[in-house]
Amino acid sequence: MEILMAFVIGFLFFAAIYLILSKSLLRIIIGTGLLSHGAHMLILTMGGLGSDAPPVLADGVANSSMADPLPQALILTAIVISFGVTAFFLVLAYRAYQELKTDNIDEMRGEEHDE
Amino acid sequence: MQLWMIFLPVIAALFMPLLFKKIKLHTGWFVLIVPVVLVSYYASKIGDRATYASWTWVADLQLKIDSSLDGLGLLFSILITGIGALVVLYSIFYLDKTKEQLHNFYMYLLLFMTAMLGVVQSDNVMSLYLFWELTSISSFLLIGYWFTRDASRFGALKSMMITVFGGLLMLGGFLILANITGTMSISEMLLHTTEIKESPYFTLAAILVLLGALTKSAQFPFYIWLPDAMEAPTPVSAYLHSATMVKAGIYLVARFTPIFAYSTTWIWLIVILGLITLFWGSFFATKQRDLKGILAFSTVSQLGMIMSMLGVAAMSYHVDGNAENVFKYAGFAALFHLINHATFKGALFMIAGIIDHETGTRDIRKLGGLMSLMPISFTVAMITSLSMAGLPPFNGFLSKELFFTTMLSAQDFSWSTVAVLIPVVAWLASVFTFVYCLYFVTGIFFGKRHELPKKPHEAPIGMLISPLVLASFVVVLFFIPNVVTDALIKPAVLAIQPNQFLTVGDIDIHISMWHGFNTELLMTIGVVVVGFGLFMTVKHWRKVYSLVPEWFSLNQLYRRMMRLADEDMTKVSKRYMTGSIRTYFIYMFAAIVIIVVSTLFMKDGYAFDTAHASDIGAFDIALVVVLVLGTLTVLFARTRLTAIIALGVVGYSVAMFFVLFNAPDLALTQLSIETVSVALFLLAFYHLPKLSRHEARLPFRLGNFVIALAVGVMVTLMALASQSQKLLPSISEYYKETVYKEAGGGNIVNVILVDYRGFDTLFEITVLAIAGMAIFGMIKLRRKKGADKNEIK
Repeated sequence: MEILMAFVIGFLFFAAIYLILSKSLLRIIIGTGLLSHGAHMLILTMGGLGSDAPPVLADGVANSSMADPLPQALILTAIVISFGVTAFFLVLAYRAYQELKTDNIDEMRGEEHDE
Repeated sequence: MQLWMIFLPVIAALFMPLLFKKIKLHTGWFVLIVPVVLVSYYASKIGDRATYASWTWVADLQLKIDSSLDGLGLLFSILITGIGALVVLYSIFYLDKTKEQLHNFYMYLLLFMTAMLGVVQSDNVMSLYLFWELTSISSFLLIGYWFTRDASRFGALKSMMITVFGGLLMLGGFLILANITGTMSISEMLLHTTEIKESPYFTLAAILVLLGALTKSAQFPFYIWLPDAMEAPTPVSAYLHSATMVKAGIYLVARFTPIFAYSTTWIWLIVILGLITLFWGSFFATKQRDLKGILAFSTVSQLGMIMSMLGVAAMSYHVDGNAENVFKYAGFAALFHLINHATFKGALFMIAGIIDHETGTRDIRKLGGLMSLMPISFTVAMITSLSMAGLPPFNGFLSKELFFTTMLSAQDFSWSTVAVLIPVVAWLASVFTFVYCLYFVTGIFFGKRHELPKKPHEAPIGMLISPLVLASFVVVLFFIPNVVTDALIKPAVLAIQPNQFLTVGDIDIHISMWHGFNTELLMTIGVVVVGFGLFMTVKHWRKVYSLVPEWFSLNQLYRRMMRLADEDMTKVSKRYMTGSIRTYFIYMFAAIVIIVVSTLFMKDGYAFDTAHASDIGAFDIALVVVLVLGTLTVLFARTRLTAIIALGVVGYSVAMFFVLFNAPDLALTQLSIETVSVALFLLAFYHLPKLSRHEARLPFRLGNFVIALAVGVMVTLMALASQSQKLLPSISEYYKETVYKEAGGGNIVNVILVDYRGFDTLFEITVLAIAGMAIFGMIKLRRKKGADKNEIK
């Protein structure tokens, strides 16, 4: 499964980077969304996937084939942070669109005397 | 006391603005006290043993500010303060208190004096470098004194660029020396000469230190800053650019001769570059139209002469017997000419200043016939020029004869063609020196009188005192040279050639005015005859100068290099700094891919192993298909709405993966957050103004595709490689064992988040809070329409 996931994650990264290199601001943010999905899956996969129980003590006894809890805790933190950043980016893009009337980043070049 | 003396000028400089603004008397009179005190202090040291005083600055780094007054240091100190006193006196009459910003001028000048005394007395290479750069900076300030003129600023910048360039290289040489010997002290380095000699970095250090000396002393090909430095006020030209600062390089060469003389590279560089400079400077001096330009080239030329003599002095480290006997007096000859040059060149600059001051021009074509109007200036100019040309009964004659002796003896060192050429070039250069000396004097004082901007008359007596004193030295030094040499030069020679002489008494040279008919005298007679002939026919061969094309000159090279550093580099950076964020992304991704993939394979880090991999179930494959299809939909979506919905599909399938891989908390969070994110996406982009919303499929771009593919492949390779080589077991066994016992919880992920690793959670909450506040700020705080745009800048 891990081998298959490695290719899936590679594909997610490919799609994310391709979107980030596009001109539209919305697609760039979608790209960052895909990128964080890829990263979260990567962390989980690298922790190992061959478990048969969630990391919760059913009756006070730990099970050795439980899923590794540490990557899950890390991903949980990462999800929340990437959500905060994405929300911020979205509103930033929205405001940029309102002010500049464009979402093409090639047209966002500032003014000549700003250099 | 000795250390305080170095800093006396800079302390005095602090009072200059006060003296200038509050007291009507010319500020120069107060300044004059400083060099007079100093010169009498140093004069009282003549004949004493070398003394040393030091103040430790940073003990752990061996940084010391020190003052080591041996013969060489004392000779230069007396020169600096003595000429300094005369220059200050001259400047009092030259600069008008009502028109000039005198406090600036004297502050810079005093700063320079401290810097220069520091250079010649430092025993520690770091403090030597410190003071060295201080001379560059104060010289920069002085050249740019009339900062409203373009030429002054250009000259100041040029001299700064070149001397600082050399200074930094010199620092490199010093650091190499300090590394080899483990000490920063020059006198201690002298005890390690064998170690230095055997180090593989010996020649490199020699060349680096030499570059510092060559740039400072305006040697070929770095002389180009000196003619442009003539935009400084004349007292500055007289002081810095003839008598003192340009001799800092000479000092450096002399000081390091006992260390570097073992390198033949060092010797030949000094001798050959010195001779080229000597010839080049003397040849082009006659081309100049500006009085100070002539003197600048003549300074360059004379410095080359001193430099080449120091090179011959270094030869004495390599030979024994008869030849050594001749070489070992070259250091003496160099220092003797150094003193002579300081006297006559200082006076000549002052005369040039007087002519400028009294006639309003420095152009030699407009001048002429001033002999009867300015008899005293004429006398001084005549004496000093003839001394520069090397004629009796002036001091230049003596040092010129010594110069010929050293150059003739250079053949004993090597009989190669180069060595045979040395005296020939030296003689030719002397001929041209004779020509420009005549050109200078006759151009100003002989011939027809032209219409001048001012009505010419003799300068005030105050202005004439300094050149008169210097001119009298020129004559006195001819008649009683041995008094001066015994007192000043012989102790200094000990510093240059400590292995040949142990005490002053060993230096048994005696200068005589008449040394019989020998080769040197014949050469001098030849110089006079040929030089006079060339001078009379100057109109006919002047064309030679226009044969040298303008673009070929070193100044042009300097300009090219400056343009390369400025405009061309701007063009280059504009080429790759396009301002488009996509370009920068491409640089970054390409760099990441190249670095990671090449490291992976060069370090043999790639591996593929299915041993640790778990089985693939049917649900897994179905979910993979959903996720890939969702992603493809994002890529190929025609409308943005479709892309956003497809992104939601990807998010939910990721949540399903979390379910599948036994991560219930992740699945919960992912589901709720994906829902909120999609809502936000829709909110933000559904309500946008309908401007330029040309909905279109994402266009295909090969370049982007290649970069994205490369990143994807890199991530896959990395994931495969790390999956296949698990080196250590997980630490999670500890959490599993202790989660109930120690933390009293059953959900291990939650306990990790709030108990084992609670700090992460604290700051993740902070991130959310900041994001929330920032979003609130972006929406609420808006610039009012029509407000002044500049307000936010």
